[in-house]
Amino acid sequence: MDLYRRRRTRNAVVLTLSFFATALGLFWLCAILWTLLSNGLSAITLDLFTQNTPPPGSKGGLLNAIYGSVLMTAIATAIGTPIGILAGTFLAEYSRGSRIAPVIRFINDILLSAPSIIVGLFVYEVVVLRMGHFSAWAGAMALAIIVVPVVLRTTEDMLRLVPNALREAAAALGTPQWQIVVRICYRAAMQGFVTGVMLAVARVSGETAPLLFTALNNQFWSSNLNAPMANLPVVIFQFAMSPYADWQSLAWGGALLISVVILLLNIAARAATSGKRENQ
Amino acid sequence: MTTQIVGGRKQLQAEYLRWASRQRVLDAAFRGAATFFGLFVLLLLGGVIFALVDGAWPALSHFGFDFVTSESWNPVTEKFGARAPIYGTVVTSLIAMAIGLPISFGIAIFITELCPGWLRRPIGTAIELLAGIPSIIYGIWGLFVFAPFLQSTLQPFLIATLGEVPLIGGLFAGPPLGIGVFTAGLILSIMVLPFITAVMRDVFMTVPPMLKESAYGLGCTTWEVVWRVVLPYTRVGVVGGVMLGLGRALGETMAVTFVIGNAHRIQNSILAPGTTISAALANEFTEAVGDLYLSSLIALGFILFVITFFVLSFAKLLLLRLERRSGS
Repeated sequence: MDLYRRRRTRNAVVLTLSFFATALGLFWLCAILWTLLSNGLSAITLDLFTQNTPPPGSKGGLLNAIYGSVLMTAIATAIGTPIGILAGTFLAEYSRGSRIAPVIRFINDILLSAPSIIVGLFVYEVVVLRMGHFSAWAGAMALAIIVVPVVLRTTEDMLRLVPNALREAAAALGTPQWQIVVRICYRAAMQGFVTGVMLAVARVSGETAPLLFTALNNQFWSSNLNAPMANLPVVIFQFAMSPYADWQSLAWGGALLISVVILLLNIAARAATSGKRENQ
Repeated sequence: MTTQIVGGRKQLQAEYLRWASRQRVLDAAFRGAATFFGLFVLLLLGGVIFALVDGAWPALSHFGFDFVTSESWNPVTEKFGARAPIYGTVVTSLIAMAIGLPISFGIAIFITELCPGWLRRPIGTAIELLAGIPSIIYGIWGLFVFAPFLQSTLQPFLIATLGEVPLIGGLFAGPPLGIGVFTAGLILSIMVLPFITAVMRDVFMTVPPMLKESAYGLGCTTWEVVWRVVLPYTRVGVVGGVMLGLGRALGETMAVTFVIGNAHRIQNSILAPGTTISAALANEFTEAVGDLYLSSLIALGFILFVITFFVLSFAKLLLLRLERRSGS
């Protein structure tokens, strides 16, 4: 009877601990969100969206940084998405029996979790050094390199979910293979593609490390893609580390803005895929 | 199908042949593009390795093997060694694993064994959202909220208790600064939670219900089922998940840069400031003057890349092995 009680006690202890572990995980999420809201909400004003980043000690906003972030994210997505989708198509549709496909899949999964600062170094070596100066193009390229593995992965997964009967039916009608892929498979997997792109945008828009040595930063409004460009993450980094209260407050505002956008994208992406799963 | 039949059979046939040959060209083009971009991924990795080696070469050839073993980091005399950043990277990641692993395990048990079905998805999603928060947010939260909190509570407590214990006392010596190696490790432990938990939860779900139910039928408690049945069955996947988390922790940049203190020194106490490879890069790269300085920083990046590449490859191989087993 003693042994029985000991086993029961141990079970109860472990299960209680696992409950507290979960509570702790959720607590961190709430703590971070709470900090962002309590510090950042007061900085979210109209000025934030209409004024450029100020010199220390004066009022301003984050307009140039928001513009830079949106622009570079858009370019990165525009470059990275087609590459990722085509590469994913190769893995899902054209690689049957090939030896190289598992290698590509393996390397892609490693690129997916590789440190993003390495991507920054790579683009610095390849683009910034060659051009001789930091530029928004370099920043966008660094982000595009991060987009590719994310899109590739979801594309392949989603194409594999398309039932083979659809492909066979189309082939039986004499449809050329590229049309089967583009007009049948892509259409069936469209929702998944959208999810993949949303996840990629969410991932990229918070990335700081790859922009540090590529797009650098710019205190003024600039729409020149060949020059350094302001962007939210680097501005947050610079302003938060500064001793000026105005800058720190702007950093919190930017942090709140970026987190809300990213969390919404994440939730939307998840909602889109869960709807799909239930349909099947 | 919309083609009007005006001419005879011959004309129709010719039209079909034209169409077919055009489709053949388009087919080849599309296939070629897909294959090219598939190979592009390999090219990308090759390019990264080449660029890093190329940039790191001046420093590596100048310092030789000393680069890895030397602790000095002096931009004025141009003497650079990677020992302190490597040490910081490894120690912060180990702290992150030591704390993050049991918590992730607990969360995975809770989600798979305890949690009522309707709560599973919301809790799972909430934990996954931790992975969505950008690392810079962890950084400013860590610097302004978490570090002061640790400075006034946990760190004085650790110094007063564990700091007095012989042998390990040195690890917890010194003043409570708030920022430092320990704080960086703690923040990393929060950041790796979602990655390890997600893998553990997924592999725990692959255990055949028959096995678990048999164990329950013999009168096992939930903990005994998890420890004796689920864990041995999924060991490979669990190790893979842990390695995946480790890979993330090793390369994490912004969060660490904010809270580690950026000191190129190896100190006994884990409460003291230190640096990691990625933090050194983020802090010094744009301000580095001199080719040797820049090259040394790139060499640091190369070392980081090699370490994470091996850790992540190991993780991936283990997870692939599990996938193959459950597939067959």
